[in-house]
Amino acid sequence: MITLFVLTTILFFMFRLLPGDPLTMYLDAALPVESQEMVLKQFGLDQPLSYQYLIYMKNILQGEFGRSFYYRAPVAKIMGERLISTVLLMGISILMAFVMGVVSGTIMAWKRGTKFEIAGLITGLTFKSAPEFWTSLMALLVFSYTLGWFPIGGMHTPGQEFTSFAAKYFNLDFLHHLILPSIVAAIFYMATPMLIMRNSMLEVMTEDFVEMARAKGLKERTVMFRHAMRNAMLPVITVLTLMIGFAVGGQVLIETVFRWPGMGREMVLAIQRHDYPMAQASFFVLGVLVVSLNFITDILYGYLDPRVTYR
Amino acid sequence: MSPMQNQSTAINAPAGAARVRRFRWARRIGRSAADQFAIFKQNKLGMAGLVILLFFIALAVFAPYIAPHDPMETLMNPDGTMARMQPPSLDFPFGTDRMGRDILSQVIIGSRVAVGVGVLCAIMVVIIGTNVGLIAGYFGGKVDDILMRITDIVYGIPFLPFAVILVALLDPGIFNIILAIVLITWRSTARVVRAQVLTIKERAFIEAARVSGAGNFRIIYRHIMPNVLPLSFVYGALSMGWAILTEASVSFLGYGDPLLMSWGKIIFMCYVAQAIMVAWWWVLAPGLAIVLLVLSGFFIGRAYEEIVNPRLRAR
Repeated sequence: MITLFVLTTILFFMFRLLPGDPLTMYLDAALPVESQEMVLKQFGLDQPLSYQYLIYMKNILQGEFGRSFYYRAPVAKIMGERLISTVLLMGISILMAFVMGVVSGTIMAWKRGTKFEIAGLITGLTFKSAPEFWTSLMALLVFSYTLGWFPIGGMHTPGQEFTSFAAKYFNLDFLHHLILPSIVAAIFYMATPMLIMRNSMLEVMTEDFVEMARAKGLKERTVMFRHAMRNAMLPVITVLTLMIGFAVGGQVLIETVFRWPGMGREMVLAIQRHDYPMAQASFFVLGVLVVSLNFITDILYGYLDPRVTYR
Repeated sequence: MSPMQNQSTAINAPAGAARVRRFRWARRIGRSAADQFAIFKQNKLGMAGLVILLFFIALAVFAPYIAPHDPMETLMNPDGTMARMQPPSLDFPFGTDRMGRDILSQVIIGSRVAVGVGVLCAIMVVIIGTNVGLIAGYFGGKVDDILMRITDIVYGIPFLPFAVILVALLDPGIFNIILAIVLITWRSTARVVRAQVLTIKERAFIEAARVSGAGNFRIIYRHIMPNVLPLSFVYGALSMGWAILTEASVSFLGYGDPLLMSWGKIIFMCYVAQAIMVAWWWVLAPGLAIVLLVLSGFFIGRAYEEIVNPRLRAR
């Protein structure tokens, strides 16, 4: 909670310091002075900074984020749509990355010392070393432009109208647009759980209960997947918190390249347009997202590991 | 033995002993470095990473002499037309961009920024993260609490958006980018170092040092730190990779240093020229360079991890 508070305060001051006066969008120098003052008053920008700060805090608590300078619409409404898009993409990518990473990490530890392990290591690390925007660009180039399997970007084919939430997100077109960005994102995020899983499995494999399972005559595959993997997964969940911070950042790049209308892309665009309320709010929401996801992961870890107790 | 002789030996002996004693720390560092390198050498990937890194460092240092053309110079074909958008050929091994500039030269000059940012950030993250971890882990209590709170707050900040905002706030110069990267990255190192310090703190030799009257800082820096340093190096190598990726990402979004050529900026220029779908060579070369350099950092970091955790070593 304190984290959030400090975050919002830092945000407030940072954005007031940003160069570029957004008011030039609204204020025309030809306007008479009284009108200019009226606009200032409307946005509350004529009050002393401390008063603005209090109003800002109060507004945030009430979920009121002001009006966007660029869109001339309430920020909250725009952000709602963007947030859903981002969460959908991010959620699916992280889920895929987690599953793929855990499974491949397990297999790698199982086949320790073989070429498979080294190949897996190199592949995983290579994907982690490739900047997300580059992988996205290459994927677009090969799969969308040259082969034509997937659309070039965006979330929907342009020019469509949707009647409801379900209609908007549960159709085939959406899935078609979703596949490439989510796979690219998943490949990028996959390396970390894979490596951690492998390390953790190597440690778990030396423990007594694994030996016991083998002595019982269980198939190696059962030993690996049913017994060892479950226990080795815990450190991966800890690392999930680390990943989420990076994932949100990575979202920005992937959304930009694929023109996916999400929070990350919106924030960068807002900064470019000097749209204070939009940029501020999106950064805030991203921060809240990261903090809450970390919180959930902590609780998940406490739930999964019976040795951990919380006061 | 005459008193004269006694005196001369008496005078020489303390000086000789002091000289031997004075550089004992240098020899000790040399010995442990040799030991570590022996272990490191066994990891083939780590050695490969080291070779790649040294190659890029050499490239960065000698870049102005190696690059065949000026990276911003518009080049002409022999027949007088501008050499724009040419796929790789013998003349231009990496092709040219829309303004007729040689991409190979751009990549070579860009390596300076990449290597510089990577190495600088790695060093700073190691210094800051290790110290914070040492102090928090050793002193515990309130100091630990405050420091950990700060790292938690840093944790809540999404990486890239923060970097973009910081760079947009201050000027988009290279040092601000480095600042943003270091501000976010030191957290992992500090956390891990602190955990390690907590375990080392309880060991017998620390107790022995304390009993023999060593002060707090002496214990920290003379006894605990050498044991924690390999771990810091692991995270230093990893941070180098992250730093280069972040700098490339920030440049790609358009907030890179306008005066310097960097690999991310090359891709950004292609993106802005809307030539991505047409000029695959423009994007491929700088991207591969980034991958190679970051990979080398990760390989080295992982190889060092084997020094830290003997269970990971190849049996």
